[in-house]
Amino acid sequence: MTSPAQPPGAHLPEHPDFLWENPEPKASYDVVIVGGGGHGLATAYYLAKVHGITNVAVLEKGWLAGGNMARNTTIIRSNYLWDESSGIYEHSLKLWEGLEEDLGYPILFDQRGVLNLAHSLQDVRDSVRRVNANRLNGIDAEWVDPAGVKEICPIVNVSPDVRYPVLGATYQPRAGIAKHDYVAWGYARAAHAMGVDLIQNCEVTGLETAGGRITAVQTSRGRIAAGKVALCAAGHSSVLAKMAGIRLPLASHPLQALVSELLEPVHPTVVMSNAVHVYVSQAHKGELVMGAGIDSYNGYGQRGSFHIIEQQMSAALELFPVFARAHLLRTWAGIVDVSPDASPIVGLTPVGGLYLNCGWGTGGFKATPGVGDCFAHTIAHDKPHPFNEPFTLERFTTGALVDEHGAAAVAH
Amino acid sequence: MTFRTPTGGTIDRNTLLHFTFNGRKLTGHPGDTLASALLANGVHEVGSSVKLGRPRGIVAAGSEDPTSLVQVEEPFPEPMLLATTVELFDGLVARGLAGQGRLAPEPDPARYDAKHEHCDVLVVGAGPAGLAAALTAARSGARVVLVDEQNQAGGALLGVDEYLDDRPSAAWVADVLAELRSTAGVLVLERTTAFGMYQDGFVLALQKRTDHLGFAAPAGVARQRVWRIRTRQIVLATGAHERPVVFAGNDRPGIMLASSARTFLHRYGVLPGSRAVVFTTNDSAYCAAIDLAESGVDVPMIVDARPEAPARLATECAARGIEVRAGHVVIGTEGAGRVTDAHVAPLDGVAGHCDTVVCDTVLVSGGWNPVVNLFSQARGKLRYDAELGAFVPGEELETVRVAGSATGELDLTACVRQGRNAGASAAISAGFTPRGQMPLPVSDSRCTSRSGLVLWRVPGDDDASFVDLQRDATVADVLRATGAGLRSLEHIKRYTTIGTAHDQGKTSGMIAAGIVAEALGVELADQRPTTFRPPYTAVSFAALAGRDRGELHDPVRVTAIHPWHVAHGALFEDVGQWKRPWYYPQAGEDLHTAVLRECKATRESVGMMDGSTLGKIDVQGRDAGKFLDMLYTNMMSTLKVGRIRYGVMCGVDGMVIDDGTVIRVGEERYLVTTTTGNAAKILDWMEEWLQTEWPHLDVHCTSVTEHWATIPLVGPKSRDVLAAVAPDLDVSNEAFEFMTWHDTHVAGVPARVCRISFSGELAYEINVTAWHGLAVWEALMAAGEQYGITPYGTETMHVLRAEKGYPIIGQETDATVTPQDLGMSWAVSKKKPDFIGKRSFARAENNRTDRKQLVGLLPVDPSVLLPEGSQIVETDRLPEPPVRMLGHVTSSYPSAALGRTFALALVRSGHERIGETLYVPVEDSLVPVTVTESVLYDKEGARRDG
Amino acid sequence: MQLIPCPWCGPREEAEFHYGGQAHVAYPEDPSALTDEEWAQYVFFRENPSGPFAERWSHSAGCRRWFNAVRDTRSHDLLAVYRAGEPMPEVLS
Repeated sequence: MTSPAQPPGAHLPEHPDFLWENPEPKASYDVVIVGGGGHGLATAYYLAKVHGITNVAVLEKGWLAGGNMARNTTIIRSNYLWDESSGIYEHSLKLWEGLEEDLGYPILFDQRGVLNLAHSLQDVRDSVRRVNANRLNGIDAEWVDPAGVKEICPIVNVSPDVRYPVLGATYQPRAGIAKHDYVAWGYARAAHAMGVDLIQNCEVTGLETAGGRITAVQTSRGRIAAGKVALCAAGHSSVLAKMAGIRLPLASHPLQALVSELLEPVHPTVVMSNAVHVYVSQAHKGELVMGAGIDSYNGYGQRGSFHIIEQQMSAALELFPVFARAHLLRTWAGIVDVSPDASPIVGLTPVGGLYLNCGWGTGGFKATPGVGDCFAHTIAHDKPHPFNEPFTLERFTTGALVDEHGAAAVAH
Repeated sequence: MTFRTPTGGTIDRNTLLHFTFNGRKLTGHPGDTLASALLANGVHEVGSSVKLGRPRGIVAAGSEDPTSLVQVEEPFPEPMLLATTVELFDGLVARGLAGQGRLAPEPDPARYDAKHEHCDVLVVGAGPAGLAAALTAARSGARVVLVDEQNQAGGALLGVDEYLDDRPSAAWVADVLAELRSTAGVLVLERTTAFGMYQDGFVLALQKRTDHLGFAAPAGVARQRVWRIRTRQIVLATGAHERPVVFAGNDRPGIMLASSARTFLHRYGVLPGSRAVVFTTNDSAYCAAIDLAESGVDVPMIVDARPEAPARLATECAARGIEVRAGHVVIGTEGAGRVTDAHVAPLDGVAGHCDTVVCDTVLVSGGWNPVVNLFSQARGKLRYDAELGAFVPGEELETVRVAGSATGELDLTACVRQGRNAGASAAISAGFTPRGQMPLPVSDSRCTSRSGLVLWRVPGDDDASFVDLQRDATVADVLRATGAGLRSLEHIKRYTTIGTAHDQGKTSGMIAAGIVAEALGVELADQRPTTFRPPYTAVSFAALAGRDRGELHDPVRVTAIHPWHVAHGALFEDVGQWKRPWYYPQAGEDLHTAVLRECKATRESVGMMDGSTLGKIDVQGRDAGKFLDMLYTNMMSTLKVGRIRYGVMCGVDGMVIDDGTVIRVGEERYLVTTTTGNAAKILDWMEEWLQTEWPHLDVHCTSVTEHWATIPLVGPKSRDVLAAVAPDLDVSNEAFEFMTWHDTHVAGVPARVCRISFSGELAYEINVTAWHGLAVWEALMAAGEQYGITPYGTETMHVLRAEKGYPIIGQETDATVTPQDLGMSWAVSKKKPDFIGKRSFARAENNRTDRKQLVGLLPVDPSVLLPEGSQIVETDRLPEPPVRMLGHVTSSYPSAALGRTFALALVRSGHERIGETLYVPVEDSLVPVTVTESVLYDKEGARRDG
Repeated sequence: MQLIPCPWCGPREEAEFHYGGQAHVAYPEDPSALTDEEWAQYVFFRENPSGPFAERWSHSAGCRRWFNAVRDTRSHDLLAVYRAGEPMPEVLS
């Protein structure tokens, strides 16, 4: 028997003995947040902590953080191309860097860096462009050649003989991963401690307005009056916004991910390849966590098609031949709300007191602290925070898109 | 000491297999699993736990085992396999794991594949119910596939020595199997695990084809195969897993499920130990106790948690000297490694009373959990069966039936009846008529009663009571989770990590739910079990990738002339799926020197390239012109037959998506070219508009990309070269004008020659059928030899066009660039009432004066080459970040023609900035550049006509 | 992987098809007559219901025909398929 001095899982932290209570909803709140995922919980936390607004309820139709928060591959980075994107994502990354202390919760935030691989000459041009833009925006970024890729992540196959050789990569050292549940629970616990009501199994079935202002939400647990209502419902945003007569330019798609069994450490960083759809890191316990491509069709079923997973496996083995005999342990799907320019919509709506935070597509997890902070500011002041000011709904009318589709760093 | 029985089991005792485990050389027999061979050698400690480092043994005999994780090291390293599912072979080298496996650094030499199978009825599980279902469906004439994860059929019958119709049950199994195998249209797949259920009768199954052969596995045979089965009807006969009871110290090696011990005995001829205490809540473990006692194991005691022991079985036990303690439970164990003692006390907790029984084995049975994973994956609703203490299928699905112990039925004859009925109704639903009903066998089994007590755990030291043995999660962890305020099973699972390990909670999930319900004082019937997710058992990445690896990962597309490029030392660039020659280095040349040579030769004499990858779409029909007018920003319907026009396409958002030339072939026929990477997309784009918006238009589009080989012949001597190989063609400027085409013969084969230029030079684009591409290319090379004709690749093509300010879609554009931004307002029709994208040009953002526009950049120092992708700033000093950026360098090259470096760039208000000095941060310096027009070479267009 | 019943070819594997989003969104008669808001609605805004959804599919690796389908986005079940130009059938959600 090979028993190391310390078992491989021994170093992981314990959860606190108390997290949150499960109160009955009150008749009214100053702010009702619809959606108890990462964004909803973070928004509640910053509303209470930064703005002193504590008469707040977070309504969750299932279990807290059981949607995309529980299903994403936890990649955190800020190396986006456009100024608007790098602004909010870098704000978020800075908050991540202090979050464990801020929340008093071990969130396993690990700045192990991210490599975004380039497989064609145009990928290389796009990557260098993004690195240069990142640096001028004060974001750590570098271009590394194939040898550099190999040095950072020795298991990447950088041989020129593969179908789509690795021509280099962008590298953001401050990027990394965190433990999704711990992040959500850290926010939930801290928000609860400041007086926020976390109400689970409470599905919103209607939004009431009067005189162009939001007045209440109808829920499966009764009517709840609200001074302000903030939507943080990711894949379900279109359905909710429609209750207030607002149409959103979103499509909800299945996004699948998967995990392997526990393996000895082989993968020290995070590797993303948009060209071949591979997004992989090795979590703290040793499992490989991988994201697949988006299923093409709209879907609310929290399931995707298995051929997407098969494609993902063959792409992964092209880049990481050592994964051949790793085993797929579990697959699952989330529902991502994709906007036309792959950028979020965060801000005010035509309905007074109703605020919108959606369209994060595959990028929502990394934005959790940043958007929580900015969205809380938007709600408290009835005015966008400078970091979410560009992400209006109106941009689709004016044409002022923030098109991260066109940039190599799109998605995840 | 051996724990192998003298007789019995399905192993081949005449053959000895040698294997190595944790460095020890051991032996076993064909038919053994690694687990049974280890137990036969008295090895119970397999590995250690992931968090606490406690020893871990073998709990179950099959794929539900939570603990026996091993690393196979030879023949090829494979991590995290269960010893209970590794079939033994000669030379196997394995070791126990501490919760983490090891990936081999060397490439996996094995082959993997996938096979599609279509059937009427798929039966999962070849136990009694599954066999009955398969036979009934097969007799109806339906195409049947029967899959089973074991290497032999029989299911639960493999683990007992019971009789059916007064014959050993194996004989019954053999008869059914023989009939199945001899029935046309029936496929029986052993070692095949159905691991995923998807919509419309789509089931994925993994077959282990050669793993059990070890070093003797034949080369060239796929090691594992994914079966993609599409079936009309499904019968799930997936059986049930025995459930343990949680008690303090329940994780020690030597503590095993009672039915698994029975399986080790009857299937493998292996005794689990010398002295076994049996702890049960139901009748089934009595059979294990009796069988083991009869095989020579000392069984001092059956500890039955029920207030009264079953009278008949108790009598049988008494006859064998087994004491039955009713109303008692095991409250703890001892042992530094393997268990050495069990502590037995009354369940009702009569204080202080506790007996210690010396033993090396504790067999546990807490009842049975139907295997409902696949049913749940099929979105079937589950129902809590309080008598069974487990979730069972709670509804009927249209195409999925469940039979046998997967329903919670534990009586063998009843299971066979269910299987028979399910097979019949599946066959009927698939359109067949059942024939020749099989008789129900009569079993002599004594121990299949359901009358059990549902007991999740024995109160005791919560910190030592393990719920998930692989994750080291205890009752204390569960209670901490509920105490922390968690109510949802999903939260508790995540807080404790129960059910997330290799076994995905097969033995722990139900118990965890039970303990939570008790702790919260809620009914399990009101609880939603956590979701069962695919795969049912772990599947290797390589098996799922199958043959889609290496060259087959994505098809490589090459042109008809490709062999010549290879023979002449070209380096290749991936463009979409194509391999395109990038440049042709000569001895000692790098990219820059080769490209400078290629450019110079082309501008001064003649060069040529392989342009065959350009997308080509034949657009025909009465309304072809009208259609193209909608797709292109400029007018195509006015193009005269025989002429060519350059065109730009936009998306509805007004952003450039593609460009290319349009040739008018006839009154009702155009040939459209696209960029290499966008060929398929543009054809789809055309089809979409035609079929969904304008079905009234008479237009038909056909991809002809691969029909043609296309060779641009470029440079002042191109006319002479062409004249030499195209005697029928008048190549004079007057007879063959710019932007016209002629059909002729080139090198003796029919050709279409277009006078177009992507370099500003006199140029001809020669199109011949792909079949003749290589011959014509070689003829042109020969004809051009006297002029030093030079083949060039994509890099030179890029330089030549950049010198002329021509954009490359995807390089100068990024889905945020309009034709106006590119300085191509001339290509945007003012006359047409509408075309795709036109309306978007009127939006506010499109009318800003500070949009990014395409310009040229000349570094003030003509020897400085700007890196492509550099950003551009306004000031000669960088302020603190964030720095305002004006745009970026899209293309940058040294130019032979200009005798200096130059670049193209998208720059904010670029067209107004011509003449300004801007700065490009390159590493730690700021490079001053002068903004110019995008056309840098031959601005007058004097070279076009030669 | 689902089976999609192409109205021309019959049921085929989902991987043969290409998704085209919401059906029955006609290209505007005269885009120049639209306000920026109306034009944006056409370009970027589509229904995104949880439930039955009329949408476009193309049998891109088969007959290459576009057709329409009503699909329940919760279950992904196809409730109806119909050829382009045909009216949307009544379906029970």
